[in-house]
Amino acid sequence: MNRQFEKTAEMVLFLPALLSVILTLAIFVFMLVFGLPLMKGGRFFELITGSWSPGHGMYGIQPMIMGTMAIASLSVFFAFPLSMGCASLISVLAPRGFSTFLRHTVRLMTGVPTVIYGFVGIFLLVPIIRELFQNGSGFCILSASLMLALLISPTMILVFMESFDRVPKSYLDAADALGGTPVQKLVYVIIPQARQGIWMGVILSMGRSLGDTLIALMLAGNAIATPGSVLDSVRTLTAHIALVIASDYESLEFKSVFACGLILYGFNALIIVMLRYVESKGTQ
Amino acid sequence: MKKKFYWISVFFCMICLGASLANAGSADAFNDLKGTIKIAGGTAHIPVMKAAAKRIMTVNPDIRISIAGGGSGVGIKQVGEGLVDIGNSGRKPTDEEIGKYGLKLFKWAVDGVGVIVHTENMVKSLTKAQLKDIFSGKIANWKSLGGSDKHISVYTRDEASGTRAVFWKKALDKGDITAKANFVVSNGAMKSAIANDPNGIGYVSVGHMDKTVSPVTLDSISPSLENVKSGKYPVARGLYSNTKGDPRGLVKVFIDYLFSAEGRTIAEEKGFIPSK
Repeated sequence: MNRQFEKTAEMVLFLPALLSVILTLAIFVFMLVFGLPLMKGGRFFELITGSWSPGHGMYGIQPMIMGTMAIASLSVFFAFPLSMGCASLISVLAPRGFSTFLRHTVRLMTGVPTVIYGFVGIFLLVPIIRELFQNGSGFCILSASLMLALLISPTMILVFMESFDRVPKSYLDAADALGGTPVQKLVYVIIPQARQGIWMGVILSMGRSLGDTLIALMLAGNAIATPGSVLDSVRTLTAHIALVIASDYESLEFKSVFACGLILYGFNALIIVMLRYVESKGTQ
Repeated sequence: MKKKFYWISVFFCMICLGASLANAGSADAFNDLKGTIKIAGGTAHIPVMKAAAKRIMTVNPDIRISIAGGGSGVGIKQVGEGLVDIGNSGRKPTDEEIGKYGLKLFKWAVDGVGVIVHTENMVKSLTKAQLKDIFSGKIANWKSLGGSDKHISVYTRDEASGTRAVFWKKALDKGDITAKANFVVSNGAMKSAIANDPNGIGYVSVGHMDKTVSPVTLDSISPSLENVKSGKYPVARGLYSNTKGDPRGLVKVFIDYLFSAEGRTIAEEKGFIPSK
């Protein structure tokens, strides 16, 4: 009877697993099929290297690819030191009460809707950036990536914290026995031991910032020019999809959305491969 | 996309909240009716739609009216695909769109599209040539126009926007809009963007203009209600509510309401010119 139960449970759990795999593949096939007309005759290459000007029959998404990469990498760049500091404070350095308080705050931050960050960005961050640099409207790569850094850092902090907490207690005891200060313990024992977790946190939040739509849509300005500096207004692939899909279902413009989708899919696949690689390295 | 819906639903909740606080009006035609009306599309229409919905829902709580934005292109597509009951557009749907979806057009008001700048901006008048040069990116600093030595931030609307379509055709004569322009997604968002950016320039529905922004005269004609009415100000357009086929039941009553004395008063209050 027990065996029968196990078998049934396995079957029941297998179905949703299979379904999610099929769905993921179906999305890929769907985008491939719809994007295919664009890829025929080498137009795909033209698409990912050209610029966007529907009035002139140009549907290139190169500026959006650049914009996405700029915002995502810059946001991780800003979020990393922030998260590193926070995680260190919570896991190692802060006194117990304060650490618990911070831990709860970070958990709370993961639940704040993105649109709130967007609003705060428009009314607080954008004017500051505009006044500070006197260049452009303030809706730019810098504004979007700063806000995005705030959005992704809770994820990063939580992953970092978890990996810090996983460092074997015996190692910490050894460091204590040698008379190490908490800072020395952090720098020489915990961080080197948690390297794998740190990589995973960075890669995971990179994936999150690549996929974010609303922050970029609200704060990056959505201009279609190729960015030349962090103060330029850009449009990300995700924002582009949101903006084009709102206006059209049939034209070439709309079809180029599938190219955007494919590229985002590609970015995501790359992230997963990197995650698996880091994981496998850790278990060896 | 999902996030967009999130926005729309937040907006909808706000409308419902507003409606429950309103005073009773005299939208009597709705007395014995119940049901829902879904409206989407043009963002210039929203203040009037909101005010009308508020009055109707106060008189008759059995009627639910949801109002979403998205832009004229979205309104036409969604009503054509049967996703909403009324699709608003700030431009006349093309013959192709009318034919394909079997749309019925109801032009209940006339509106202008005017250029706006920040209230502190010294530049209050532009010629059409200057306007084209600003939007194409040829003029990039306010100084040469008599303003302060600041670069110009150009704001424009997304492709779904009827306001953009009309402005591009009638004010820019289909001229280029610089690739560096910032994109915003509604008339309201345009107004708040310009109200916050001392160096910004953009365009909104005349009905949306208020004290937070400064209108700019075009070839020394100000984008006022009177000038739009008399036809002196050239960048004008109709505000359309479109239905798929002839409107029936509740939807018909709603459209009739827009043309009633009360509906026309609402349109006038919100800064539009009700059509006869």
